[in-house]
Amino acid sequence: MIEIKKLNKWFGDFQVLVDVDEVIERGQTVVICGPSGSGKSTLLRCINGLEPFQKGDVTVDGVSVADPKTNLYKLREKIGMVFQRFELYPHMTALQNITLAPMKVRKWSRRKAEEKARQLLERVGIPDKADVYPANLSGGQQQRVAIARALAMEPDYMMFDEPTSALDPEMIKEVLDVMIDLAKGGMTMLCVTHEMGFAREVADEILFMDHGRIVERGTYEGFFNNPKTDRAKEFLAQILD
Amino acid sequence: MGLTYEFDWGVLWRYPYGMWLLKGLGLTIAIGMAAWIIALALGILIGTLRITRYRLLRWFGTAYVEVLRNIPLLVQLFFWFYAGPMLFGETLSRKINHISGLNIWVSIIGIGLYTASRVAEHVRAGFASIGRDQYQAVLSTGMTQIQMYRYVIIPYALRLIIPPLTTEFLTVFKNTSIAMTIGVAELTFQSYQIDADTFHGLEATTGAMFIYLILGITVVKFMNIVEKKYKIQGLVGR
Ligand SMILES: Nc1ncnc2c1ncn2[C@@H]1O[C@H](COP(=O)(O)OP(=O)(O)O)[C@@H](O)[C@H]1O
Ligand SMILES: [Mg+2]
Repeated sequence: MIEIKKLNKWFGDFQVLVDVDEVIERGQTVVICGPSGSGKSTLLRCINGLEPFQKGDVTVDGVSVADPKTNLYKLREKIGMVFQRFELYPHMTALQNITLAPMKVRKWSRRKAEEKARQLLERVGIPDKADVYPANLSGGQQQRVAIARALAMEPDYMMFDEPTSALDPEMIKEVLDVMIDLAKGGMTMLCVTHEMGFAREVADEILFMDHGRIVERGTYEGFFNNPKTDRAKEFLAQILD
Repeated sequence: MGLTYEFDWGVLWRYPYGMWLLKGLGLTIAIGMAAWIIALALGILIGTLRITRYRLLRWFGTAYVEVLRNIPLLVQLFFWFYAGPMLFGETLSRKINHISGLNIWVSIIGIGLYTASRVAEHVRAGFASIGRDQYQAVLSTGMTQIQMYRYVIIPYALRLIIPPLTTEFLTVFKNTSIAMTIGVAELTFQSYQIDADTFHGLEATTGAMFIYLILGITVVKFMNIVEKKYKIQGLVGR
């Protein structure tokens, strides 16, 4: 379970997150949407301690991210993360990208790590791309390798930061299909995305953020059919364009 | 009076002069290689220090680079040669001054430390061209800062900066000629010796020039192979 309690963060004088509260139960998929600059990416990075925050706390299975005694490296092992621009290691093949962390962090043997990596490549639908370098993969393929890389650590949670917004339209579906599959398989997921089809299919809860606050939350139907704030209405009108 | 110059290219290979040139070349290569190893290892370390989160380490890295790259190499070499041993205290410095081939060691260290400051700057530029999310992606998998640099960021950055490193590698060999000022019998020194012995400095210097040129071309060829082998697959324009 991830609990976010009265989280506040500033970049200098500028407050990016304002009193964010949220509980994500095991097995849930939570979708976060909102206009650019509303603090979505920053929120994800506070959860796994990539960004420090000044007030409030986040706990992951009871372990506090704010506590200076917490080993953040250990904590990150169980929270996989997927980025907008894939961020694969360009000097390594797909397989090497996936096996690096299990071998260095979990100390798995190369054999075990590669076996796992091949299973994952199979699962994301590109078993034949193991020895290909990122630059020779399409965007959709790269993002699927990135998902496999995160899954290789056998995380309990997965966070996605606009995983399809850098993709050409025809590749969006292949990535979303992998994510839907994961969500249905019981993975606990936190997804920043504006893909409302994805939200309809798997989201247990939708959060709408604006200026660092969660201004609206609810089920897909509640949010989509019946947004309460003007900001949410405007936003929905925009992305449905 | 006919003061026509009689060319004698034989000084380039005739005994013992050919041997002198070869010995000089050997020392030039040895000093260059050893200094380059120091420069690369230390340069990567200092370049990394300059972007860590620890202020004191960053400060040290910056101070190192600014001091070493702003003082002429020749002055640095004199400093290490004459004042360097004294940094270790009186008794130890007397011992150090008796080390045979001290000037060779000083050249290796002096050129190595100086070149490290330049390598560090290239490494830093390489790091800066890697986006913030790339660093975060590595950390998000549970890797530590040290693992992140060791396995992803440094190998990636080094591949990005192969062209400027080639220039530095070349410069190291050219800079070894400065070692003659503290009496190291490297290639340039030997060409002067031949001149002193035979008054055929023109041929000796021309010979040395050609040897440097061939050495440089070899380095470039070698670095081209390295670049082919390690270039990042599919990156455009390289
Ligand atoms: N490292 C940073 N330093 C200063 N301001 C930042 C930094 N990262 C993000 N911001 C600012 O914080 C706000 C929220 O950014 P972000 O979390 O990336 O929003 P979103 O992901 O919703 O687009 C933006 O106004 C952005 O400019
Ligand atoms: Mg964002």
